[in-house]
Amino acid sequence: MITYTFLQFYWWFIISLLGGLLVFLLFVQGGNSLYHWLGRDEAQRRMLINSTGRKWEFTFTTLVTFGGAFFASFPLFYSTSFGGAYWLWMLILVSFVLQAVSYEFQSKVGNVLGRRGYRILLVVNGFMGPFLLGVAVATFFTGADFTVNKLRLGDVTNPVVSSWGSAWHGLEALSNPWNVVLGLGVFFLARVLALLYFINNVRDDEVESRARRFLKFESILFLLFFLSFVGRLVTMPGLAVESWGRVTVQPLKYLNNLLEQPFVMGMFLLGVVLVLCGILLTLRVRAFRRGIWLSGSGTVLTVTALLLLAGWNGTCFYPSTADPHSSLHLYNSCASPATLQVMSVVSLLIPFVLAYIFYCWRAIDRKPITRQEMESGEHKY
Amino acid sequence: MDASLIDWSRAQFALTAMYHWLFVPLTLGLGVIMGIMETIYVVRGDEYWRRVTQFWMKVFGVNFAVGVATGLILEFEFGTNWSNYSWLVGDIFGAPLAIEGIVAFFMESTFIAVMYFGWNKVSRGFHLASTWLTTLGATFSAWWILVANAWMQYPVGTHFDPDTVRNEMNSFGSFLEVAFSPMAVVKFCHTVSAGWLTGAVVVVGISAWYLLRRREERFARSSMLVGSIFGLVACGAVMLSGDSSGVMVGKAQPMKLAAFEGLYDGSEHAPLTIVGDLKIPNGLTVLATHRWTGFVPGINDILEGGYTLPDSTKALSAEEKMSRGVIALDALTQYRLARAAGRTEKAVIMREKLEDNMPYFGYGHILDKQDLVPPVPLVFWAFRIMVGLGSLFCLVFLLLVIVQYKKQLTRWPLLLRVAVWCIPLVYICSQAGWVCAEVGRQPWAIQDLLPVNAAVSALQSPAVRITFFIFLVIFTLLLIAELRILFRVVKKGPQIEEQDNEQKQTD
Repeated sequence: MITYTFLQFYWWFIISLLGGLLVFLLFVQGGNSLYHWLGRDEAQRRMLINSTGRKWEFTFTTLVTFGGAFFASFPLFYSTSFGGAYWLWMLILVSFVLQAVSYEFQSKVGNVLGRRGYRILLVVNGFMGPFLLGVAVATFFTGADFTVNKLRLGDVTNPVVSSWGSAWHGLEALSNPWNVVLGLGVFFLARVLALLYFINNVRDDEVESRARRFLKFESILFLLFFLSFVGRLVTMPGLAVESWGRVTVQPLKYLNNLLEQPFVMGMFLLGVVLVLCGILLTLRVRAFRRGIWLSGSGTVLTVTALLLLAGWNGTCFYPSTADPHSSLHLYNSCASPATLQVMSVVSLLIPFVLAYIFYCWRAIDRKPITRQEMESGEHKY
Repeated sequence: MDASLIDWSRAQFALTAMYHWLFVPLTLGLGVIMGIMETIYVVRGDEYWRRVTQFWMKVFGVNFAVGVATGLILEFEFGTNWSNYSWLVGDIFGAPLAIEGIVAFFMESTFIAVMYFGWNKVSRGFHLASTWLTTLGATFSAWWILVANAWMQYPVGTHFDPDTVRNEMNSFGSFLEVAFSPMAVVKFCHTVSAGWLTGAVVVVGISAWYLLRRREERFARSSMLVGSIFGLVACGAVMLSGDSSGVMVGKAQPMKLAAFEGLYDGSEHAPLTIVGDLKIPNGLTVLATHRWTGFVPGINDILEGGYTLPDSTKALSAEEKMSRGVIALDALTQYRLARAAGRTEKAVIMREKLEDNMPYFGYGHILDKQDLVPPVPLVFWAFRIMVGLGSLFCLVFLLLVIVQYKKQLTRWPLLLRVAVWCIPLVYICSQAGWVCAEVGRQPWAIQDLLPVNAAVSALQSPAVRITFFIFLVIFTLLLIAELRILFRVVKKGPQIEEQDNEQKQTD
């Protein structure tokens, strides 16, 4: 029997999975932040840009779908967070908008900003996108300054249900060091994934050996920030919610979530192991080029598990620092049973979508990118 | 709410939507034309058609990128700038957006990569399928976005739940009502066929430009043939769907129809105004009702009420609707307070009161009845521009098909010049269409349920003003860049004949 509670949990899982896929696909942004330093001449840079340029639309589409799915399944989060943390989301969106045209336009004659201009925009997206998305995701644990009062709808002078406390409208998230730590963790993860992806996708000895050198350093930084955040997470209190809506502060809430949900803990640990295996095998075995698949699937599992920790097991996934009772959880913020049912039917298409993405990806990547291909008359950026 | 916040929020959304709508129609139309051309290539096995297709794909790619970029902002602006809207109707409105992402946008963005990078990597059949699937994805995408938009104009399949304080779907049946509402069907047909028309006008216009300069003649003639036949088909679809759209607007949004016509006092035999005093007697009645006799209310009738509605009831005046809206809002507050205090009896009474007045819920947020009237001159002229230019395109396509049939294409330079000028005109036409649809329904974010002043996010007006100008600069820059790139691409041309000559020399 499919109950409303089941649908709420199911949809949080779908959101978490989309979040995991999105973070994995941020390797495109990681590549944007690295290509200038990883490629020493124009031919190398062009190979790198064309390599991520064939994948940017997957990241972009996943971001759009993540937003759409959140809107449909947890509309109160969509309205509260996007309408409140206005500047944080706007900066993220602007950075992705600039990226969307930069690949296509950079090599075209008459493009106004010149090749260099568009490449700078790619770099801006590469730095800002993953970092700010990481900061935004961190607020799922650290909370945000908002209140929700549905009685306001009857007030003609100010009928807005969700209101934000800080006049910084989202930028105040940067003042919490733990948000910044996760932001940096996601940023360096995106760069690690980009390096693994380039090693797999670009066939150039110089680029490959440089990527392997970079990988060591970037992985250390990623692990430093990621483990610091995880350390904080398992020691911090969290807001617990009971099914009738009472919200209480619970010490070690996220650690308890891990221990009380062995499935999530297993997913988390397996994900971390896979990420590490991908990195270590690439560093240790010279001929190993499939690290992106190990670390990529590990990233999906780890991030999905982290988001499940935020929402499952009676947890407020968007804690309010202004009024704990305004905090958002699965029971007070999700869509109606009918909408969740409809969306669940649609979600059955997701494996089919993933299958054709995988098929097309393989078809395009059958041959790695080479200098010769860049010199041929085929379509390229 | 701060009036300036509402105005800037509207301006920002209008800016984003209008820029988005500059790029999307060409994607929809050119996609089909590319698909037809590549199909000819695969069926005939003629390398020439492959190069023709590839040229139009270049144009498609430049345009597509900006459409995607503006679309991202549009989706998230529902949350950032219209947060109350997102909460109150997200349960219904969010589903089409999510389905668009899962079903349509992924299809479009996955197969477009194969379309561009797969020429020498996948089989001909797979490549052709990818081109069609990219276009199909874009068209599915348009379907779901227009389902969402149509629901705002004609909110079916929904009920207001005072416990959750939002509009919700009841069942799978409500979803089907939303997804296949008559408004969604006519909107989809009208908008997508307008996109086809845009694609056809661009292809025909560029081909005409080459013919006038006696360049790329073989390419231009082939493209002209495909473009003009497709354009003529699109014209038929636009006219038929436009007619159905008029009937739907008359039924669901009488104020919008009255604004289209600048009709202040309605009648049983309402005339259709061409311009000024030039009118077609009884024309509006026939267009809006598909009958010879039928009352079409004017703006004053809708504000004053008292006329007989199609269901034989008397129309309420704006004041009556507003006062019942206030009762509904008050009943909602009282219901929530009674529930919180455990006063079940009072809660039941208040709920009944709310349900009795629910059809007028949105009117509770209207402060002045004049706010219910959209900007009439803007909508009136936008409607005329849309219909007038649409008729011109039909005529141009018809003539082009005839002169091509008679093999006299280059004997009609004036027609070719008009075809070139149709390129900017088709954009003016589609923007005018957007103004009709979206400005014409003001002040409603959701017809009769939620006016824009109750839909907005609680932000400071200067913040929205800043983002408005940021987007204005970014989008304008992108538009200029796109136009410059496209001009260069067209100026350079496909160079098929030159490549052929080079090939012959090498052989």
